Amino acid sequence: MIHSLFLINHTGDIFLEKHWKSVISRSVCDYFFEAKEKAGDPENVPPVLQTPHHYLITIYRGKLFLLSVIQTEVPPLFVIEFLHRVADTFQDYFGECSEGVIKDNVVTVYELLEEMLDNGFPLATESNVLKEMIKPPNILRSVVNTLTGSSNVGDTLPTGQLSNIPWRRAGVKYTNNEAYFDVIEEIDAILDKSGTTVFAEIQGVIEACVRLTGMPDLTLSFMNPRLLDDVSFHPCVRFKRWEAERVLSFIPPDGNFTLMTYHVSSQNLVAIPVYVKQSISFFESGSCGRLDITLGPKQTMGKMVEGLTVTIHMPKTVLSANLTATQGNYTYDLATKVLVWDIGKLNPQKLPNLKGSLSVQAGAPKPEENPSLNIGLKIQQLAISGLKVSRLDMYGEKYKPFKGVKYVTKAGKFQVRT
Amino acid sequence: MTDSKYFTTTKKGEIFELKAELNSDKKEKKKEAVKKVIASMTVGKDVSALFPDVVNCMQTDNLELKKLVYLYLMNYAKSQPDMAIMAVNTFVKDCEDPNPLIRALAVRTMGCIRVDKITEYLCEPLRKCLKDEDPYVRKTAAVCVAKLHDINAQLVEDQGFLDTLKDLISDSNPMVVANAVAALSEIAESHPNSNLLDLNPQTINKLLTALNECTEWGQIFILDCLANYTPRDDRESQSICERVTPRLSHANSAVVLSAVKVLMKFMEMLPKDLDYYGTLLKKLAPPLVTLLSAEPELQYVALRNINLIVQRRPEILKHEMKVFFVKYNDPIYVKLEKLDIMIRLASQANIAQVLAELKEYATEVDVDFVRKAVRAIGRCAIKVEQSAERCVSTLLDLIQTKVNYVVQEAIVVIKDIFRKYPNKYESVIATLCENLDSLDEPEARAAMIWIVGEYAERIDNADELLESFLEGFHDESTQVQLQLLTGIVKLFLKKPTETQELVQQVLSLATQDSDNPDLRDRGYIYWRLLSTDPVAAKEVVLAEKPLISEETDLIEPTLLEELICHIGTLASVYHKPPSAFVEGSRGVQHKRLPGSAGSGESVDSPDTGSAAGVSEAPPAVIPSQGDLLGDLLNLDLTPPTTTGPPPPTSGMQMGAMDLLGGGLDSLLGGDLGGNPAMAAGFGAPPAVMPTSFNAPVSGGLDDLFDLGGGVGMPMGSYSPPKTVWLPAMKAKGLEISGTFARRSGVIQMEMTLTNKAMSVMTDFAIQFNRNSFGLAPAGPLQVLTPLSPNQSIEVSLPLNTVGPVMKMEPLNNLQVAVKNNIDVFYFSCQYPISMLFVEDGKMERQVFLATWKDIPNDNESQFQIKDCHLSSDAASNKLQGSNIFTIAKRTVEGQDMLYQSIKLTNGIWVLAELRVQAGNPNYTVSLKCRAPEVSQSVFQSYEAVLKN
Repeated sequence: MIHSLFLINHTGDIFLEKHWKSVISRSVCDYFFEAKEKAGDPENVPPVLQTPHHYLITIYRGKLFLLSVIQTEVPPLFVIEFLHRVADTFQDYFGECSEGVIKDNVVTVYELLEEMLDNGFPLATESNVLKEMIKPPNILRSVVNTLTGSSNVGDTLPTGQLSNIPWRRAGVKYTNNEAYFDVIEEIDAILDKSGTTVFAEIQGVIEACVRLTGMPDLTLSFMNPRLLDDVSFHPCVRFKRWEAERVLSFIPPDGNFTLMTYHVSSQNLVAIPVYVKQSISFFESGSCGRLDITLGPKQTMGKMVEGLTVTIHMPKTVLSANLTATQGNYTYDLATKVLVWDIGKLNPQKLPNLKGSLSVQAGAPKPEENPSLNIGLKIQQLAISGLKVSRLDMYGEKYKPFKGVKYVTKAGKFQVRT
Repeated sequence: MTDSKYFTTTKKGEIFELKAELNSDKKEKKKEAVKKVIASMTVGKDVSALFPDVVNCMQTDNLELKKLVYLYLMNYAKSQPDMAIMAVNTFVKDCEDPNPLIRALAVRTMGCIRVDKITEYLCEPLRKCLKDEDPYVRKTAAVCVAKLHDINAQLVEDQGFLDTLKDLISDSNPMVVANAVAALSEIAESHPNSNLLDLNPQTINKLLTALNECTEWGQIFILDCLANYTPRDDRESQSICERVTPRLSHANSAVVLSAVKVLMKFMEMLPKDLDYYGTLLKKLAPPLVTLLSAEPELQYVALRNINLIVQRRPEILKHEMKVFFVKYNDPIYVKLEKLDIMIRLASQANIAQVLAELKEYATEVDVDFVRKAVRAIGRCAIKVEQSAERCVSTLLDLIQTKVNYVVQEAIVVIKDIFRKYPNKYESVIATLCENLDSLDEPEARAAMIWIVGEYAERIDNADELLESFLEGFHDESTQVQLQLLTGIVKLFLKKPTETQELVQQVLSLATQDSDNPDLRDRGYIYWRLLSTDPVAAKEVVLAEKPLISEETDLIEPTLLEELICHIGTLASVYHKPPSAFVEGSRGVQHKRLPGSAGSGESVDSPDTGSAAGVSEAPPAVIPSQGDLLGDLLNLDLTPPTTTGPPPPTSGMQMGAMDLLGGGLDSLLGGDLGGNPAMAAGFGAPPAVMPTSFNAPVSGGLDDLFDLGGGVGMPMGSYSPPKTVWLPAMKAKGLEISGTFARRSGVIQMEMTLTNKAMSVMTDFAIQFNRNSFGLAPAGPLQVLTPLSPNQSIEVSLPLNTVGPVMKMEPLNNLQVAVKNNIDVFYFSCQYPISMLFVEDGKMERQVFLATWKDIPNDNESQFQIKDCHLSSDAASNKLQGSNIFTIAKRTVEGQDMLYQSIKLTNGIWVLAELRVQAGNPNYTVSLKCRAPEVSQSVFQSYEAVLKN
């Protein structure tokens, strides 16, 4: 199972290590550094590396590498999932997962790692359970602790660990009982030069924030559950009822959690909210090129498209961009060669346009590749797949909770080829 | 202490200060001090000097402080074993604490202290904790057994902890079950044969129940454990599948993939016509697609596994091509994997889309990716014939971009397209030649030279082109040198008049100036060929080449099966069996997919006893026409003697011998003869080779060919000894014994006719009933002289296979009617099916792989050949004599796998995998054939051939 964990920042310093079995020398990370060197971009480091005696499985999150060392045949997905869970837990506890906060909270981090893994086997990874055993740092609490002499660590056995519902603690109490659900859909799409959809799908997720007293048993039903043919659920969802009745029936964890993710891939259901007219060309002679991009609404279901951005990774030889935007601002980062055009709201009456010239390094050959456009956007109050929650019912408790559902559609990996 | 080298900044004062704080009376101060110590420890500073002071803080009722001290202890106990003993008492006491959290914590920490002396004290508390009333303690203790086993395996066995652990599989709490399974699996890994996880239907049921209720990690352990089970029948298999499918909707991708593994494995046992089988196939696609929307690291592992799944069951994802389209900001490792799968899924239906995508990729930034995309276009052309033309034009477009590495890559794949579709796209050669100068990679240069040599007759300036390469001959890589040599020889054979100088130049470069043995040898062989018999040389060098097949990178079927059993593991990421790379996996057992319910012969039921060789089969006489006379006659007859096996046919004459012996046949007719320079050039080789050139070389070649003859054709086709087909008593005194043989491609029925009657027999004739393979006499039965009483005659009857066909039972049964002047007699006999194995039954390696994959698993049957003491090479030679051709051989852990092909006279191919383990006289042979009915007979032939 998982033998050791090393936390490494993006410059390649190991700033924390934890061993669950015998100690493994940090020099094992040299193999990783070698691969990192070779890959260039930190995102391109292969996640599974073989060394003479160990396997290194790495994830890259928030400019940090979480590198785990394993010695025997272990499912790599298991390790990768666990590492992401570690990063999620840090995020949950400290607000972010960065070298700074980890160093500031090194003892809590250590306690957490010890609690999450025993002999390389995951022990407690549910945020609800962990928080009962190790209190998250909090200025107020440390003051209280100093005054009363109480500690950060719970001394009762966390109830969730053993009940049939390991994700929910007992004895939850709120004065305001509320349950909110956010239906978030991301459009992943590839459009070709002419604007035809090469590939499109929707990645949907329902994030929940549930603060309800006691042991509520919730049922969430949809107007059109047939849309969802491929779903994955939080362990709390009763799969049998979904199979039989297409409703989500569950006892929720306390607080924030992801209730389900789904994806819709049938092309006809995926609406493309904007169209892009673009031309980026470089001239054979003379060191310049031209760029002209216009965006317009396509299938927006009558809603406003907001937060519109266009990101272009320019060829390495492009030195600067001299452009005019009819709406919003653009920036060109010389170091990363990324052009970002931040448009904001899309006005169907006056379509935003970005136009001008690009200057290319003198003497350099005409760039071989065509830069792709990455589109960012957001549409409030709309799930682009048409998914709608019809009702939420609660059983098991007497009070009347406050309920709310929000919809939002965003662009995921939305690319336009040129 | 490995950490000591990072010990740089701790000043003496700091340690002193901490020491004082640790010994402070105030709880808070103590705790803060321990925290500081831990903080130093985590960044790799050496604070081991504080050991006694920290351990002193252990006896506290403050849980947080206790935990911190435990953390410290785990880290440093190893370096301070004597000190660590001090902590033992507290541990033992804590294991009795009323609070289960503390009991669990104590037993958990003790297991992490890797000091022998402490482990002795651990046994008693551990035993108690394994039986603790609180499941939280039990589940922690279960893991502790695995820890202890890692430190001292013997101790764990002696103390009987393994049995306790096995009992925990039946625990009432699912979390305890999951941890017990995890611990046992880990222990089992170092004890491959210990049978720790004894899976039976009862335990399986318990695991399946626990599966629904335990944590996601527990589900992974249980699913991986389930995958090792072999269900008894298809019904059990289906019920397990039904209970595992809900896991496909789990949010944790590792759970999903482990569930996929179980389903892929157990599916093998389901009959394909079952409705549930189809349902299951449909259910597998969406979760696999979902895995691709996860983080890139997860995607990578998922893609490596999908690559395997697609090879095994392409139908699952055949409609999901689009999800594998590459996004420009995918990490490179994801891009390359996606590309691989796209090609595997490419078919006539989606090829247009795929090509458009590939063309797009070929203009990306990343060089590795672009190269692979260009190669992929070539592979599409080879795989989907209808698309070849489109692919070629796409490649030409790419060549026009003049991007150096794209051009080179394109030329390499165009060469392969030529090899697949000869004489179809040669019009593009002119374009290729334009780019000759820009090629700087050996592979591309070699490919270009191959093209020029192969099509020399259509390229006007082929000689100039090749000559230009020749200038820097010694600076080229071996690959290019070899290709250049062959290319120029081809050119010479096609245009002999203008290129004599060139060919002599390259031959002398290869043989005299090179120290590369491959190059020299090839050079000499060409030289010899050209100097002795240029016509033969032409036949050899310009022989028609077999076409390359579509799938060049399929994983071997057995390996694929094994890898399917390892879905989700490191093996599936590396596409190697675990035994090939996992350290410490002593003798990992090879996993195999369970046999399907459809195939009658399952793995362990080959009844070799009844599958007797053909020769033992008693001859059956159909109409019992025996009369009194026959009976009487039989009384005083000596038992019919079976003649020994016919003399083995002599080894095939190697035509090559003629090649050497033959004189200088003229390729150019009078031309060559009239050209003394040329003749001299070939006849009298230059300085390096002294005048005795002919002798040693030809001697050497003789040996080579002898060897070839010896190895290839040891004894000719196997033929069983003669047996009595028609006893005299049933045929009014005519006795027929016989056998079948295959000689130089002709099936012979060899019979001994004996007259045991009183009168002369004449007018023999023979006729066959319709039979399975259409065997029929190719001519009349030649018995020219009348057969006098007590006289025998040997007759050889050539057979053909163009007669009427009717399926017989058994398949190789042949009903024969023989007539003479007395009467008509009927008998039936069985011919060894190996008579029907034709000489051109050697399948192309790639075709074999593809075919093996293509034939459904239901058609596979497995047999055992007992008591065979041949080495795999000897067996292979022996089989080859009977036209069972070994195509490839692979050795895995002392086990030789021979892949063999057989072609029957009616065009049926039989593919075989013969497994031979050194020292084990029992061979296993798996046969795959589109007509599975023949398997049994083919197997009998195997047995007969190998045992004779």
